[in-house]
Amino acid sequence: MKSLLLPYEVTKEAEIREPLNYNRRSRLMNTDRVVKAEITSITQLTDMEKLFHVRIVDPAERALFSFQPGQFVMVEVPGYGEIPISISGSASNHGFLELCIRRAGTVTSVLHRAQVGAKVGLRGPFGTFFPMAMMKDHNVLLIAGGLGLAPLRAAIYHVTENRSDFDRVHILYGTKTPDQLLFDYQYEQWRRVDGVDLSIIVEEGADGWTGEVGMVTKLLDPIPIEPDRTYAIVCGPPVMFKFVCNMLSKKGIPMRRMFVSLERRMHCGMGKCCRCNIGSTFTCKDGPVFDYWTAINLKEAL
Amino acid sequence: MLYRTLKKAAFRSVVETILAGNEVVGPRQVGTDRHGKPIHQFLPVERFDDIDFGYESTEFSAKTYFLPFREQLSAYRFTNGDWEQTIRYRVQPRAIVGLHACDINGLLKLDKVFAKDWYPSPYYISRRRNTFIVGIDHDPCEGAFCRSVGADTVTHGFDLFLTDIGDRYFVAVGSDRGLSLIDRFDARPTTDEDSHLYVTERKRIAGLMTTEINVNNLPNLLDIEFESPIWEKWGKKCLSCGTCAMVCPTCYCHGIHERISMDFREGAKIRQLHSCNLVDFAVVAGGHNFRPTPESRLKYRYYHQHRGFVEQHEEPKCVGCNRCGRACLAGIAPVDVIRELQEESS
Repeated sequence: MKSLLLPYEVTKEAEIREPLNYNRRSRLMNTDRVVKAEITSITQLTDMEKLFHVRIVDPAERALFSFQPGQFVMVEVPGYGEIPISISGSASNHGFLELCIRRAGTVTSVLHRAQVGAKVGLRGPFGTFFPMAMMKDHNVLLIAGGLGLAPLRAAIYHVTENRSDFDRVHILYGTKTPDQLLFDYQYEQWRRVDGVDLSIIVEEGADGWTGEVGMVTKLLDPIPIEPDRTYAIVCGPPVMFKFVCNMLSKKGIPMRRMFVSLERRMHCGMGKCCRCNIGSTFTCKDGPVFDYWTAINLKEAL
Repeated sequence: MLYRTLKKAAFRSVVETILAGNEVVGPRQVGTDRHGKPIHQFLPVERFDDIDFGYESTEFSAKTYFLPFREQLSAYRFTNGDWEQTIRYRVQPRAIVGLHACDINGLLKLDKVFAKDWYPSPYYISRRRNTFIVGIDHDPCEGAFCRSVGADTVTHGFDLFLTDIGDRYFVAVGSDRGLSLIDRFDARPTTDEDSHLYVTERKRIAGLMTTEINVNNLPNLLDIEFESPIWEKWGKKCLSCGTCAMVCPTCYCHGIHERISMDFREGAKIRQLHSCNLVDFAVVAGGHNFRPTPESRLKYRYYHQHRGFVEQHEEPKCVGCNRCGRACLAGIAPVDVIRELQEESS
């Protein structure tokens, strides 16, 4: 089997064992200091999700802020609480951050009531990221289910903006119903990028839905895969990436080349509060992006 | 490490010197249990005689002086639709006198998380660096298995550590401030006889350690026995009250919440210790609970103690003090759980 033993590319980003440059901007050890950011724009995506554009108020802090696709920030609404939100926007955009937020709990409900101009606090970015540099010159499969498109969108931006770095690119996205599709106004834009193949599927069709109906694995089936030169990113509910990754495994993609993004309750983002622990691993520090091999080794993860 | 000997009377003067002008915390007897056994707690003391150096163990660990049960991380002031954050982490120096080796080992483990890992916590470090620690050797506590997890001796993490060798203490000096303090009270360099007495005393104490459990291979075993019926058995007993985490010298899991004042002018971000046995520990927004049953949470506590922490820091998080075993209302003792796990797999 040719894809069993593949050469391991040694890259800095895969081996780095320290947080990026967070906290170096201040000599004081203000690990709980937030940077102030203004909500500059709010877009209603679906009934439950809104897209927030936030801009860091201080220009110096804004210039220092950078992130990698897959990372998250802790968003604080002072007086209400703090929540982890993955960054949905492009990493090359230094003007504002895009955060896709579903109304689910206390803080997200407050955010959904917030108006343009409100100030929130940001800490981060935290966590591991999709190793886009490692994927260079390979085929890329970007697969999302439901809200999983939020973290994946940063990777989609990276791939479409640096299209020449990648070979064949497939984006697959599935939700339960057509009205849950996120960022539906962008599909046309992504489709038109040269050599990007985007497919959408819903579990239950509705009146007026002319697209595919079924699970996201149905979209995956007809795609020809070169196991020794393909990377996959899978974001979605655990039950979905379990099926998808098993299918990709059977097609011969090594587990170390499939990346999943997990979510857990988080209070600190810094590997201290233990609330995001899965078995023995911190989702905030060792995750949220794990390769599939690591993920199946995490007790309780799948 | 430097070693000195210090006359017992001189040690009294050492403590009294610290007491003059500093907050001192030590083991105090606060009552007796139903068997007439004394109950001790680490509490502020005013006089040397308040401290009971012969104490066996305290109900709560000294963790609370480093990781308070509730602590304000930052404050907010709201004005005209905007807010300002202020962070304070400076604390007054304090001394803790009479810590046992297990508790100092517990602090060393907390150091690994809060001081030596990514994102060192200024709140913790401020308290740790501003605390003068005097440790003392003691006869083993009933049911404690500190020797099994290598926490019965300690080599750093204190300012002074005393071992009783008759009319004087054999003192391990862990810091410059410790040395300059005891040098004022006629501390002597150790002789061969002192060293011999010290080694003999350590051997005597080690010989008294009767409770032993085998923690070798426990990380693997916990993985293999993840679905074991043992967890169901102990989980059924567990009341999910979180007492074990509250008394534990190393349990540091916490939650962070925010408060807002009645006039909406001020807010605060507060860290409060939590326990992985409490039902809402892993509940996410939307209501899904990643650990809905008592056994899944109890199992997770053992998993963190003996598997997760080992993976991160090459040693178990547990120091073997058995405080959780003694405090548990349902009678769940780590010795029994781990022994049963070992038997189940053999």
